[in-house]
Amino acid sequence: MTDTPILSVRNLTIDIPVGGGTLHAVRGIDFDLNRGETLCIVGESGSGKSLTSLALMGLLGKKISRRADRMEFDGIDLMKTSQRGMRKLRGLRMSMIFQEPMTSLNPAYTIGDQLAEALLLHKKVSREQARARAVELLEKVGITAAKSRLSQYPHQLSGGLRQRVMIAMALMCEPELIIADEPTTALDVTIQAQILRLLVDLQKELGMAMILITHDLGVVARVADKVAVMYAGELVETGPAADVFGAPAHPYTRGLLRCIPVPGKTERGAELGTIPGIVPSLVGEVSGCPFRTRCDHAVDACRQPIPLREQQAGRHSFRCVHPDGRAASPQEVPA
Amino acid sequence: MSDTPVLELRNVTKTYQVKQGMFATPKPLKAVNDVSLKIGRGEVLGLVGESGCGKSTLAKILLGLEQPTEGQVLVDGKEIGAQNRSELARRIQPIFQDPYSSLNPRKSIYDIISLPLRVHNVGDSASQEKAVREILDIVGLPARVMNTYPSQMSGGQRQRVAIARALIMKPEIVICDEPTSALDVSVQSQILNLLGELRREFGLTYLFISHNLAVVEHLANRVAVMYLGRIVEEASVEGLFDRRRHPYSDALLQSVLTPDPGMGVPDTHLGAAYPNPIDPPKGCHFHPRCAKAMPQCSQAAPLTVPTEDGRVECHLYGAQAPTA
Ligand SMILES: Nc1ncnc2c1ncn2[C@@H]1O[C@H](COP(=O)(O)OP(=O)(O)OP(=O)(O)O)[C@@H](O)[C@H]1O
Ligand SMILES: Nc1ncnc2c1ncn2[C@@H]1O[C@H](COP(=O)(O)OP(=O)(O)OP(=O)(O)O)[C@@H](O)[C@H]1O
Ligand code: SF4
Ligand code: SF4
Ligand SMILES: [Mg+2]
Ligand SMILES: [Mg+2]
Repeated sequence: MTDTPILSVRNLTIDIPVGGGTLHAVRGIDFDLNRGETLCIVGESGSGKSLTSLALMGLLGKKISRRADRMEFDGIDLMKTSQRGMRKLRGLRMSMIFQEPMTSLNPAYTIGDQLAEALLLHKKVSREQARARAVELLEKVGITAAKSRLSQYPHQLSGGLRQRVMIAMALMCEPELIIADEPTTALDVTIQAQILRLLVDLQKELGMAMILITHDLGVVARVADKVAVMYAGELVETGPAADVFGAPAHPYTRGLLRCIPVPGKTERGAELGTIPGIVPSLVGEVSGCPFRTRCDHAVDACRQPIPLREQQAGRHSFRCVHPDGRAASPQEVPA
Repeated sequence: MSDTPVLELRNVTKTYQVKQGMFATPKPLKAVNDVSLKIGRGEVLGLVGESGCGKSTLAKILLGLEQPTEGQVLVDGKEIGAQNRSELARRIQPIFQDPYSSLNPRKSIYDIISLPLRVHNVGDSASQEKAVREILDIVGLPARVMNTYPSQMSGGQRQRVAIARALIMKPEIVICDEPTSALDVSVQSQILNLLGELRREFGLTYLFISHNLAVVEHLANRVAVMYLGRIVEEASVEGLFDRRRHPYSDALLQSVLTPDPGMGVPDTHLGAAYPNPIDPPKGCHFHPRCAKAMPQCSQAAPLTVPTEDGRVECHLYGAQAPTA
């Protein structure tokens, strides 16, 4: 692809001061995202997925420090953009759907007012136009009797409806980049499928770029153009979805794919793969591969800095001491 | 397998009275609506259905945490009400969804796991400690965790503690309500393997509630599909996953996202008309969202029709079926 990416990130690092020192929550992340493309970030709980998206949106707490060699949105240096500039960008050109819908819906205002406000703040439209757009989007996200919902308050809606309202709100200004943090995790599988379909359709229709964060490998496979696998604050593998699922290179990615029962493939009741052990503490100095405490392929060199391995002209890359992600005498059971 | 089901529900209904406004008169909500189910010893019955359809209410009734408004619950053919409550608590134990909030943060792991023994006055302190050590070994935790606290453990370890607590009374039946949905997939698989192992080793019987259909397919041998308080289809795991009959079961299975890149997100053909449980649709409760609805579906509730390995509740089947 020749077009310049809408989002380009190099060496993003996030440190959080905590009781016992510094939590090195995100360490040196690189990725690019093109217009109209979907990047899925998948990984263990606590691996830094939400922090990464908050960093991009300029929404990290005051105490949290963020560094990067580059963090550009459509050529705009996000590291140098003021709070005010970020606020403007957030409403207008990039928006976020949060893990917990109640964090971004104000319980004191009606759905209609909140949706309209999202537009009125940033665009020169009348209140009527804003409300009409709100109804249009509520219908698009599959809410029936959309007009009558405008006068309702968030607590009067079920979780699934709230999540749809959140999505409608994020789309009010037709953003160029949307970041959705676990947008469907709390929902039923049927609604999840409906909402994901909707997001994908809208994204194609509007040519948006999307970052979708999820634990669910099924969601990733079905939605992603590119996949980024995070473990303990690092991106351990990135690549096109077909390659990451078809030829996973990093031992953690391979391990994850063995953990889930796959209908039609995994024998019912058979023993599933596991990744024994726990994520290391990221407080204090972190060195070497963070996965080494759980890795079947670990060798002494895994305590040293880990090289980035590139395949397919850099489209698919992973971090491991082994050029093909495997020790010479593998102890790993085949998938 | 003996003929008497270890657990049986006969026409169980649970009605809640809910108020919709501050001064409104309460209206009845049938969270569980005339449900009959049997679970044989050593079986894993998966219970699936969308949020709010009544799965947890059913689980609470089985655990004696809620009383059915109508109908009976039988354990080994004997009605629950007639049995001693603590006897029942010994035989049926729960494992809940959230290993973070279901463990008391101020109690040590030893206290948490041994609590049921102390409540039921089982053995002296020496034999209780022995029992805790044994159960920790079974769930794959080192004995040294006895003196630690939940905050010092990972999600998977906490869920193992919750399982140990459920198993220490040597129950015959374990009610699992979303036991792995709060866990990472890398941890989920350990817990699923453990549940499978325990079943094989101790002949445990499970009611397994989950939104994750791939997990249900993996672990269960029978599956019941619930919609608005009713069991609309029940079948063997093969029967349901390979030859589902009910249109809602079909929508549910359609929406399973297998990790196959490039396949896109399926269309469930389900309308978004989410039903109001206080005022459920007439006739078949599912008809406003059903792609196969026929005129009679909005008129009359479908009858339960037996199938080769279960039953289904839909006008497309049985004597009432349209002849095409
Ligand atoms: N404000 C904060 N103060 C202290 N620690 C924090 C803060 N925010 C996040 N962390 C820690 O940073 C790490 C990464 O958190 P993050 O929320 O990004 O994880 P995540 O990958 O989104 O996890 P999940 O899948 O559970 O949502 C975690 O260890 C978390 O506890
Ligand atoms: N104590 C209660 N009082 C009034 N209504 C209740 C009560 N408990 C549950 N309900 C209602 O009963 C219905 C069934 O709830 P239940 O918790 O059993 O659903 P569920 O299938 O477990 O859903 P989920 O998948 O979201 O856990 C819902 O409409 C719920 O709002
Ligand atoms: S082999 Fe070493 S570097 Fe590679 S994933 Fe395992 S621990 Fe990390
Ligand atoms: S009875 Fe009618 S509406 Fe109900 S599931 Fe069957 S076909 Fe659909
Ligand atoms: Mg998160
Ligand atoms: Mg429930």
